[in-house]
Amino acid sequence: MSESSPTTSQGFSLRRGIEKVIDFTEPAVVGLIHLCGWSAIIFVMAIFFFVFKESLPAITGLEEGAIQGEVEQLDLVEFTTSPKWIPESAKKPTFGILALMVGTLSVTILSMVIAVPLGLGAAVYVSEFARGKPREILKVLIELLAAIPSVVWGFIGLVVLNPMLVDMTGEPVGLNILNAGIVLALMSVPIIVSVSEDALRAVPDSFREAGIALGANRWEMVYKVLFPAAKNGLLAAVLLGIGRGIGETMAVLMCTGHSVMMPTSIFDPVRTLTATIAAELGEAVRGDMHYHTLFLIGVVLFVFAFIINLTADLIVKGIKVQGNE
Amino acid sequence: MSTVVPKLVTREFTSPDASHVEDYSIRTNELNLWYGDFQALMNVSVNIKKGIITGLIGPSGCGKTTLLRCFNRINERYGNVTTTGDIEILDKNIYDADVSVRQLRRSVGMVFQRPNPLPISIYDNVLFGMGIHDAFKSLPKSERNDIVENALREVDLWSTVKDRLKSRATTLTLEQQQKLCIARLLPLKPDIILMDEPCSALDAEGIEKVETLIESLRDEYTVVIVTHNMAQARRATDECIFMLLGEIIEHTKTSEMFLNPQHEKTEMYIQGRYG
Repeated sequence: MSESSPTTSQGFSLRRGIEKVIDFTEPAVVGLIHLCGWSAIIFVMAIFFFVFKESLPAITGLEEGAIQGEVEQLDLVEFTTSPKWIPESAKKPTFGILALMVGTLSVTILSMVIAVPLGLGAAVYVSEFARGKPREILKVLIELLAAIPSVVWGFIGLVVLNPMLVDMTGEPVGLNILNAGIVLALMSVPIIVSVSEDALRAVPDSFREAGIALGANRWEMVYKVLFPAAKNGLLAAVLLGIGRGIGETMAVLMCTGHSVMMPTSIFDPVRTLTATIAAELGEAVRGDMHYHTLFLIGVVLFVFAFIINLTADLIVKGIKVQGNE
Repeated sequence: MSTVVPKLVTREFTSPDASHVEDYSIRTNELNLWYGDFQALMNVSVNIKKGIITGLIGPSGCGKTTLLRCFNRINERYGNVTTTGDIEILDKNIYDADVSVRQLRRSVGMVFQRPNPLPISIYDNVLFGMGIHDAFKSLPKSERNDIVENALREVDLWSTVKDRLKSRATTLTLEQQQKLCIARLLPLKPDIILMDEPCSALDAEGIEKVETLIESLRDEYTVVIVTHNMAQARRATDECIFMLLGEIIEHTKTSEMFLNPQHEKTEMYIQGRYG
């Protein structure tokens, strides 16, 4: 008590001593917090810089690995438009990522077609319909689903889904777009559920009452009141799901069949951009064209991620501007 | 909707002239309501006359909002509500098995304490109820526009918002939002409008305007209004029901209640000695 109520001169000087320590440590703590904040930006910039730097020789040309003294240079037109990815060919290596991009996009789109309705439905159920115990159990289970490592998902696709798809579709192999799409959908569902559930729960209860008092049943309330009110959050949930789909590596590596081809149906195997990097970077000769091209694929993935985030930002901002007019 | 023959059994609350049963919009008989174990309404028997403004007054927690929320069965959205007794709205027991809650809520509109226009355009807010109740798509656009215009004119909002019908309803001032919340009930042609402290979120000027609006709704609609504001109850209502701890203490003409309260507790409350 005597320290906190400085009635004597000794009490005052004691407090002053503590304050001196605080005066000294405060800037250090503030500095540390600033550093934590900036570190995220620094790390992202550093990663981007490194990937970009490693990919640059592929575009500008590369001398040491070149055959017969010629400067080897990546043909960017071939890179973006050719479906042929034959990096280790002794005669003529071809670096075309069209098939890989189509592979990534087809798997991601299919997974979203499955995961968005499933995830939104689950979020609506958890936030609006489930009550008490079942609701708590569901939330824990959904979070648990998010914690399953992607290699386990890949294993499920390989060992469980693969023979099932063979039985059901009559295809010789069950590792294809459909398999990867289903696995990826199941992986994206938890994140879509938790983000969109937050968005739905953030809708004020007065909106629900307004809808109900006007005679809406529960489905109409969800569809006509909650979805418009929570659309920013729901959109963010979907975009996070897409981001997850494009970036996922291990599961799609195991489930797509990993063969470079332009798919004509969802029963065709494909290969994705991420899986290509994961599978080949360890084998590629450090410093040669294959190695640098793999990093260029990394840049392409960066561009994808950037476009998705920018779109999300613009849509959310666009909605806000409209709301403020 | 009211195909059932009106029950003319004599009840203690029946008016002296029992042949004018249709003069009542809302009748409750021995209504009890529990939230879990807590009894919020006790033997509430009340007759609310058609075409007038009835105020529900009483201290916080006396059950006036609960009673109001019984009339469109919106109480039921909380799972732990138990009700016994009858509520007849327009001579139809709303707990009968053949009652459609949707139709009930169409003829019994509700305005809330905090203005709650939906986060869609003003235009869509007015038509929201229509979208739920009617084969809405068959209406030509011009007719929809007329419906919106009439509803907004009726609440004296048309001239202010006619140039920005497509902007978000949440951008309006609170007073305008509350008027819009009343306007969106009107296309459904309700018989009864329930209001749960409709002015408590508004400033003095807004209160005056919304009160004027409520008064203009008299005759065409039966209005039941919960209020904490004694001055407002006195100004804006024709009859008043005073409630205390889930029971009806007194139900008379507003002028009677404020000039000559029959119960000591009513008198103490309206004089502001407690509550």
